[in-house]
Amino acid sequence: MGEFEVHRVRFFGLVPAGVRCLAYLSRGGRLALARTDGAVEIYNFGANYFQEKVIPGHETRSVEALCWAAGDRLFGAGLSGDITEYDLARLCVAHSVDGCGGPIWSMAANGSGTQLAIGCEDGSIKLFQVVPDGIQFERNLDRRKGRILCLSWHPSGSHIAAGSIDILRVFDVSSGLTVQTIMVNYHVQKVKRECIVWSIAFLSSGTIITSDSFGRVQFWDWEQGTLQDSHTVSTSAALSLAVSENEDSMIVGTSTGATYQFQLLPVKMDSQEKRWVRTKPFQYHTHDVRAVVHSSTALISGGLDAQLVIRPLMEKINKKSYDVALRKFTFPHRRLVSCARKARLLLFQFSQHLELWRLGSTEETGKDGEVLPLSRMPEHLVQLKSKGPEHICCSCVSPCGSWVAYSTASRFHLCRVQCEGNSISVKKVPKVPKLLLPAYQLQFSSDSHRLFIASARGSVHVLQLLEPGDCKHLHTLQPPSGSSEAVYLLASSTDGLWLAAVGGDWAIHVYNLKFFKYHCTVPMYNCAVTALAIHPLINTLVIAYSDQQLFEFSILKKKYTSWSRMVQHCGLHKSWLERDTPITHITFNPKKPSHILLHDLYMFCVLDKSLPLPKNSTLLMNQNTLKQLPETARKQELHAFKICKKFQPLLFVDLLDEKCLVVVERPIMDFKTQLPLPIQQKKFGT
Amino acid sequence: LFQVSDQKPLGCWSVKHGQVLTCPVVCNFETHEYIAVHDDKVLRIWKNEDINLDKVFKATLSAEVHRIHSLPNGGPVVLFRGGGVRTLDVLLEAPQQEIENIISDEVIKWSEAFMEGKQPVLIFTTEKDGDFFVYVQKLKTNTLHKYKLEQQELSKPMSFTAYIKNRIITLLCLCSNDCVYKVLVPLQQNTEEEEQILPKSLLLNLSVSGSVLKGTSFVVLDKDHIAVLGGLTASNEEPKECLTIWNTKFQTLQTSKELPLGTSGQLWCYEEKFFFTHGKVLTVIMYKCETSSLAAAVGKLKDGQTPDVSAFVNWNTLGYEELADSFQSQQSGALKYESTMALRSERNAVASVQPDDLSVGKLLLNLKDVPRRIFEDGIRQLMSQAQTLELQASIGSVVTALTNRYKANSNHYHRTFMLEIVQTYDLSYSLCPDLMAVALERKDVHLLQTCLLRFPDIPEEMTYACLEMFLSIDEDYLKYTDLDLDSVICYIDIESNNKEVKTEIVENGFSTEQEEGTWDTQLTEESSLTSDGELCPVGAQRAALLNAVLCSAYSEAFLLPHLKNLPAKQAVLFLRYLFYLYVKCSEKINTTLPGMSSPTISQIMDWMCILLDAHFTVIVMLPEAKLFLSSMHKFVRAQVRFYSELNKIEGSLQELQRLHHQKDPQTYSIEVLEII
Repeated sequence: MGEFEVHRVRFFGLVPAGVRCLAYLSRGGRLALARTDGAVEIYNFGANYFQEKVIPGHETRSVEALCWAAGDRLFGAGLSGDITEYDLARLCVAHSVDGCGGPIWSMAANGSGTQLAIGCEDGSIKLFQVVPDGIQFERNLDRRKGRILCLSWHPSGSHIAAGSIDILRVFDVSSGLTVQTIMVNYHVQKVKRECIVWSIAFLSSGTIITSDSFGRVQFWDWEQGTLQDSHTVSTSAALSLAVSENEDSMIVGTSTGATYQFQLLPVKMDSQEKRWVRTKPFQYHTHDVRAVVHSSTALISGGLDAQLVIRPLMEKINKKSYDVALRKFTFPHRRLVSCARKARLLLFQFSQHLELWRLGSTEETGKDGEVLPLSRMPEHLVQLKSKGPEHICCSCVSPCGSWVAYSTASRFHLCRVQCEGNSISVKKVPKVPKLLLPAYQLQFSSDSHRLFIASARGSVHVLQLLEPGDCKHLHTLQPPSGSSEAVYLLASSTDGLWLAAVGGDWAIHVYNLKFFKYHCTVPMYNCAVTALAIHPLINTLVIAYSDQQLFEFSILKKKYTSWSRMVQHCGLHKSWLERDTPITHITFNPKKPSHILLHDLYMFCVLDKSLPLPKNSTLLMNQNTLKQLPETARKQELHAFKICKKFQPLLFVDLLDEKCLVVVERPIMDFKTQLPLPIQQKKFGT
Repeated sequence: LFQVSDQKPLGCWSVKHGQVLTCPVVCNFETHEYIAVHDDKVLRIWKNEDINLDKVFKATLSAEVHRIHSLPNGGPVVLFRGGGVRTLDVLLEAPQQEIENIISDEVIKWSEAFMEGKQPVLIFTTEKDGDFFVYVQKLKTNTLHKYKLEQQELSKPMSFTAYIKNRIITLLCLCSNDCVYKVLVPLQQNTEEEEQILPKSLLLNLSVSGSVLKGTSFVVLDKDHIAVLGGLTASNEEPKECLTIWNTKFQTLQTSKELPLGTSGQLWCYEEKFFFTHGKVLTVIMYKCETSSLAAAVGKLKDGQTPDVSAFVNWNTLGYEELADSFQSQQSGALKYESTMALRSERNAVASVQPDDLSVGKLLLNLKDVPRRIFEDGIRQLMSQAQTLELQASIGSVVTALTNRYKANSNHYHRTFMLEIVQTYDLSYSLCPDLMAVALERKDVHLLQTCLLRFPDIPEEMTYACLEMFLSIDEDYLKYTDLDLDSVICYIDIESNNKEVKTEIVENGFSTEQEEGTWDTQLTEESSLTSDGELCPVGAQRAALLNAVLCSAYSEAFLLPHLKNLPAKQAVLFLRYLFYLYVKCSEKINTTLPGMSSPTISQIMDWMCILLDAHFTVIVMLPEAKLFLSSMHKFVRAQVRFYSELNKIEGSLQELQRLHHQKDPQTYSIEVLEII
């Protein structure tokens, strides 16, 4: 097929924030995850663990606890002292109530999801009633000194167990009184260190499980106040624990990055007496495991090393299969990089600033695998800092490289960037139209004359960009039947006629930009769209779904193309379908209309529609094999998927021109070195 | 695990001043009531909610209570001092009923209750004038049996415990001579005979390597383990109180825990937890008994190894189960019982093999006094008939028969036949313990060599005896012996006088020239001679024998005391040979000797170390060893230097690797990629 000059970029210094807390909604299979920077993400387990929603972070809004209540409403609470309900359709804060107890360390919903309990800095536990339009303060429980670090409801909702420093208490919900006080350190007289109860779980049998800063997991009988069992899992703190719904298994996370599974097992075969036994240790994290969740099928843990790990519980299955494979998520499932093809610029999006870089160049050519000498080094052109505590939710650079747009939750910014020789000037466009914010995705037209802004309720705003630095609002596109979900992906055609928009309901609407009117809707497919793009020559829409399916839809004919039908008929290769990470970007080679370029975190692929699809019996990743073969023998081995795994992990791939690619890598080790040091563990021989 | 003092008391009751609780309080599991007796005759029953003991149910009995036993499904049973037994229900119907006195002036020492099927059974022991009696009372049928315990001289039972299995009560008693005895008390007893005497059998001797455990109380954990609480007395030391777990199957001390604060001497055990007082607190310890295996007992159990790896039968361990089974199969009656005991006492006798291979045993008996040819034919026939399951056992008895035949008449030495057996079957030392001793006596070095290579469990004493014999035996005798020379053929030239066989030497970085002359010339000559490996200090036959010793398994601690007895001359010879092997090994980078079953370098090094340990002073003093020792030292030192040089190279190579690795992560590069 040919040789590419690959600009291999490793200077995108992205450091994903650590995972602070998790909340799993078993009905619907959704996992809510909060990061230390206050961002909240929703993973959809049904859609192949796709990170379908992201609520951007906020400097002052840390999230210490998340919980689902009243069905699928998501609440968060943090050190700002507010309880926040999130609007998952508009991806923003719906409303926020002051807890009036200082920083909130913990929050838990009762079994039926009708009440929320929060544990505050001042030692109070407050109950809130979940009402249709928010939450309402109900009552305070008996207040004692010492911050409440963790909370757990008895499954019946009658009692609450709360962990504090050196102590755990049980409260009667109806009377609000303390009915049991247990000193967790009662018998460790020698140690003067305080013992922090980091996490707590209240079982229906009346057993309370705590994990504490001494690395212990302890089992208490709440009525008697006696210690039933104690396991020391770590020399440092045991930070988090979660119990399965059946209360027969649990997971504990420690500050050494290790997680442990405990199971309630019969002491002997067929014995009635059961005991909690530490069964499996796992070491998936390098840093504190602050949050764990035990779903019915998997152990889920999140660490300060920014990793989310999902470990399916399929012990009985010996055969290694895709369903029992471990999943690790470190990077977001969306693009943080945009590229100005013509100007050869890259725009990197960080949480509170943007970086604009110009790529280097070379005069040489070479053979496969050679590193070419640089004639010009890459150049960091400008850094744009976003003001205020809100994090940037989306950004884009225009293909000509002279416009940069970004948005935070409440503000939209458009800048005019001019590079003349060595001088750079950045001018903010002063009067941007007042639009419904936030913007969820920004996309410039290929001629850089228009900007498309994805917005709430399925709408897309179209701005006209004017020289030398102005803009005006042209139109707002709306889906014909209305939608409550925000648009999260956009794709425009090169000829400027078509725009495709994907909403949170996964519906893909196509608009005609000449007449600013709705054109058609792609047939609904029951999975999340992870990337889409319109072919520059034939105006077909290529769509990648989170279950790794690929579709090609003809906009003019309003139907799937014959190639797409053929793909569906033959099926994609098994190895392709069993990839872990979603396709996050699709692009085309204008000189080779049959080629589609796609990439996920671990590979990029040139899909040649003119070649036959690989069969399951053949090797999918056959590039290395092909390179060994003589030219004449290659022909028979060729298939449509030309996959390159040389560059990992890939955050972005784009085609600059027909012979030139840019790839943006972020090696895990590079950002690991920027994380705070983990707890030093002595390893043998070091 | 935890101390009960950490826990919160859930309830506390006390009797009035002046009243004394006279037996342990029990809980009735069915009604959740507590039952106490104070002042010998006054019964109190109360529930959790009751606070004042004075106001709860009270019943005054007509006789003094010894103890109350509470059974999970049978309700409490009251044992009176006079030996009378009543269930609590019966007693409460008429508290003042008359209680018979059964045991007259015997004193109850210990009692215990069991459920046998649905019937509560109470067993108690009494003492009178040094005689001990066992009473078994079945409550439903109201039958009482009295037995007398077998008298033991100079020791008397101090503590009892019992468990019930397969309708037999096994009574264990800890005696004052620091032994645990086992007494089987049959439950099915129809014949109303006169007082029977129950025989005792030694279960366990509570002594380990010189120190003796003065047990005070003990409990049974499972069929192979018991726990004993007591003071461990080593000679001329203060007794230390400790809790110990013993393996009765292998007679070993499994584990022990010192209790420096002292105990009350009592030990209880419920649900896999020990309860005992330690100092002023009640301590609870969890325990777990692994399935007992010989490997576990001697601490050699490898992880993941199943306990039943051994294909060898240890006759001495086939005790308890068969006994219980055979015991169960018989109907009743003391006569049969006696016969079982007799059988057990005989089990070490060679002729009486276990019932499995009784036919083999019989056949062997028949063949006892026949001429050699007929004997061998008979045995061959026997071995071909033996089923695979019993093969090991049968072969074992065959070999034992062979050795016995030799012992009886030293003309009957079946040299080739025994060799054939050892080479063909997977035997072990424990299966035919006399074989090697006989071979040693006959100086049958080939058989010994084969045994050393094939037996996994030769005692160190025997290994040493072989070594000593191999070193001392006359070279001429060896020359005409047929031996397995596989292990030496590749590096010792059989024609050791032929000087032309001088192989090229790779010296592994060591060069004698480099060593600057603190040594006199003679020394250098000598050492170069040795390190060239030109002369093997022993002949090929002897080397092959010594290799067999080197390859056999041993434990250093057990070998060392024997090795100290090795005469100095032989020690030096052996050391020279080991050094020779060491040099040979070092010639080639891979440090292994060529050929079949040759010793590995680590085996050689281990033996060198242990030999030097055993004879260091002697060897240092010996003039003839001096030169050789210094050359050995030199070689070892050169090797150490050589390896430290390797260390440096390794460091630089590592650095190289690191540099190579570092080249990779540039932040920006333009590369060419071909996609086909």
